[in-house]
Amino acid sequence: MIEFSNWDILRNLLFAMQWTILLSLIAFISGTSVALGLTAVRLTRNPVMTRFVKVYVELFQGTPLLMQMFLCFFGLSMIGYEISAWGAAILSLTLFTSAFLVEIWRGCIDTLPKGQWEASRVLGLSFLQTLRHVILPQATRVAFAPTVGFSVQVVKGTALASVIGFVELTKAGTMLNNATFEPFKVFAFVALLYFALCYPLSLCSKYLEKKYHVAR
Amino acid sequence: MSLVKLDQVHKYYGDFHVLKGIDLDIKAGEVVSIIGKSGSGKSTLLRCINGLEEYQQGGISVDDKEVTSEDIQVRRLALSVGMIFQNFNLFPHLTVGENIMLAPTIVLKKSKAEAQTIAKAMLEKVGLGDKFGSYPEKLSGGQQQRVAIARALAMNPKVLLCDEITSALDPELVGDVLKVLEQLAKEGMTLVLVTHEMNFARDVGDRVVFMHQGKVWEEGNSKKLLSDPETEELKQFIGAVL
Repeated sequence: MIEFSNWDILRNLLFAMQWTILLSLIAFISGTSVALGLTAVRLTRNPVMTRFVKVYVELFQGTPLLMQMFLCFFGLSMIGYEISAWGAAILSLTLFTSAFLVEIWRGCIDTLPKGQWEASRVLGLSFLQTLRHVILPQATRVAFAPTVGFSVQVVKGTALASVIGFVELTKAGTMLNNATFEPFKVFAFVALLYFALCYPLSLCSKYLEKKYHVAR
Repeated sequence: MSLVKLDQVHKYYGDFHVLKGIDLDIKAGEVVSIIGKSGSGKSTLLRCINGLEEYQQGGISVDDKEVTSEDIQVRRLALSVGMIFQNFNLFPHLTVGENIMLAPTIVLKKSKAEAQTIAKAMLEKVGLGDKFGSYPEKLSGGQQQRVAIARALAMNPKVLLCDEITSALDPELVGDVLKVLEQLAKEGMTLVLVTHEMNFARDVGDRVVFMHQGKVWEEGNSKKLLSDPETEELKQFIGAVL
């Protein structure tokens, strides 16, 4: 049997962590893009489209991310659409992230006083002009902190991709545990590495909150 | 010649009949104060005039153009009707100057330099020439409201609607805002105010419209109406506010 030193364990985990980071980044970026699109759709106030966004949000917020991943991975291949663990992880994390961000951003837009819309309207600004010059500049400031804060959930959510066989930090931890039989040590390392990823994000979120919220 | 004309306007909020057949005729250059208890429909009436609220029956026209609350119509209307709100509604992320320049540049398509000239002139007019680069949060309530007036004036409106614009101000700041309005009235601006400032209504206003239970209960020359009210309701109202 091969002996694993602490450094060997850490080294392997760090290697796998790259995939966690990459998966988080891609999921976050694509989730943000989808959420932007959905927010735009919601803002049109078209009843059918708004309903669609509502159902979308309820659906992906109201079901466990793990089930979404299972459905993406096993479900899609059942209906004849082959998808890799990597693809399924990105797809489900994107859906999950966008559903939460749409809802977070809705809150940010809705907290702006109705008077901002009315003042713009009586000055003759169109709906899009109001969005662009009045609403979005204010809403994005408010949205920064909770959005960054939510990225912590995305990072932690990537751990579920281990279940469908994608080798990221958690999966690597499980594998190393099987080889070393030192669960406490291995998973403590895993947890620490997640913490090392997430803690700076929540610090950043707190900083942004202070910066943008107190001033107003 | 009448600038704002309301003809048997009815408005409902669901089952609640807010405006029950309002007739009103406002001439260019006139200063009309709308008074009445809260819930009498006076703010709603004002908001119908510029299309912020829909009405269900009757007709409203401004400058011979019909008012509906359809978006495009409201935008055309915005060119002739300015409005100032109780809570100022300045854009907090923009400086005072940018607040005023926004609509002239993107709605009237004026050049930045031109908009800036207008903004500066309007700020001078309301006595805040030195606040061009300040953010609204740095200003007092009275100053913010005067900026809001300057912002509305920059669109060169024919009539200015004022919705209880001094109600959110500390008492000592009310005077500055009213002074600006008085100046505008002297220059011939048409003003329609929902107000609780009876002295202003009497001294500066031409006409007072007393609203009660969704109707124009009594109207007439402001000095006469306020010193010699006919209806019991107006007597009571004046007794309560003075």
